[in-house]
Amino acid sequence: MPWSRPEMAERLAREFQDGWIVNLGVGMPTLIADVDLGGKEIVFHAENGVIGFGPVAPEGQEDIHLVDASRRYITLPPGGAIVHHADSFALIRSGRIDVTVLGSYEAAANRDFANWKVKGAKGGVIGGAMDLAACAKNVFLMMEHRTRDGAPRLLAQCALPVTARGVVKLVITELGLFEPTGTAFRVRDLAPGVTMDELRAATAAPVTE
Amino acid sequence: MARRSKIVADFDAAVQGIEDGSTIAFGGFALPGSPFNLIAALLRQGAKRLVCVGNTTGGPRKPRNPDIGMLVENGQVAKVICSFTAGSRASDVLPFTPYYERGEVDAETVPQGTLAERLRAAGAGIPAFYTPAGVGTEIAEGRETRVINGREYLLEYALPCDVALLRAYQADEAGNLRFRRAQRNFGPIMAMAAKLVIVEVEEPILPVGAIDPDDVHTPGILVHRLVHIPPAPAAIWPTLKETR
Repeated sequence: MPWSRPEMAERLAREFQDGWIVNLGVGMPTLIADVDLGGKEIVFHAENGVIGFGPVAPEGQEDIHLVDASRRYITLPPGGAIVHHADSFALIRSGRIDVTVLGSYEAAANRDFANWKVKGAKGGVIGGAMDLAACAKNVFLMMEHRTRDGAPRLLAQCALPVTARGVVKLVITELGLFEPTGTAFRVRDLAPGVTMDELRAATAAPVTE
Repeated sequence: MARRSKIVADFDAAVQGIEDGSTIAFGGFALPGSPFNLIAALLRQGAKRLVCVGNTTGGPRKPRNPDIGMLVENGQVAKVICSFTAGSRASDVLPFTPYYERGEVDAETVPQGTLAERLRAAGAGIPAFYTPAGVGTEIAEGRETRVINGREYLLEYALPCDVALLRAYQADEAGNLRFRRAQRNFGPIMAMAAKLVIVEVEEPILPVGAIDPDDVHTPGILVHRLVHIPPAPAAIWPTLKETR
């Protein structure tokens, strides 16, 4: 059985190291903010300058001035801090962010990824992704293994315009956790019941154990 | 010593004199810090051929508050410089998109950190800088890069603005500003980057000295016009449910 999205979030969060500063991209990666991180001290950073934020605010207790980069109404526990946008991205560019977890349209075995421009679009949705991808110490992707039409999103090389080249360390999908090696996706973990044959059929790049 | 108050009568007075062809920075990231009332006044004021700088053109969420996309629909915009110039899903068509696709409006899609740093640089007297963001991507095609200490960087230019439209939490009559929580976002750097800084303020405007100097996020020497936002429905006060 493939992993559910909360299971993907829980599995990927196990890769975080104690003390890491973590940035979560829009969409699926925000689920990681709800994961119980056990004894690990993790500090969440949002591009809009919120440092040390907590879970989403309970209904009725939202603060109109306090959102994360995904526009979610979050909480700011004691110890939190606010900086302006240039300082927030200075923290990113200067390598203070240990990992960014981004959603993606495509991930490639050569460690490129593409998440800012869909086919045929004139504009793009770059947001903070290019800064994060170029500068975070680790780039993890959390994404669907296939498109709605069943086409693979894990490829030898990206077909869409890339967000950054050669930066992806880990990719989690509903089928498993993978490490792009340059020429293949090495399997780090498989969702329960997923076979290597099934995985190979769903992936447009070499897959190794 | 005489000190002139920076308070103006209303939003229309606040945007008076903004000229055709101006480059305007729009504060805000999602709801916090977005100058909805000043944008509404700019829609009435009618300045044309504007270059609009902000995180996003706005939309497609509903109900819509005034945004750059509405200025586009109103025929006031020549170009946008934003980190989002499309919807995040193919099904999300921004109000701005058809104008862009028909070539009626130009756009520059910029990494968000590069946008912030271009504003910061403009406000800091730095004409250009190198950044690793965007290297090896479509946005770097045909542009100047340089290898420094073994790593490739992309040259980006400062983005000076004629006007900044901002929303702050508190201000005193001298124009000293305090933002609240995530409302700060682009506010301080846009105030630094612009020649004319106009601010809608949520709390009643305070007497000079009421904000402790240590708590000022943007000093009043950068701020020119202040308007206190009257209670709804006379002014726009977005509510939580509008963004869900």
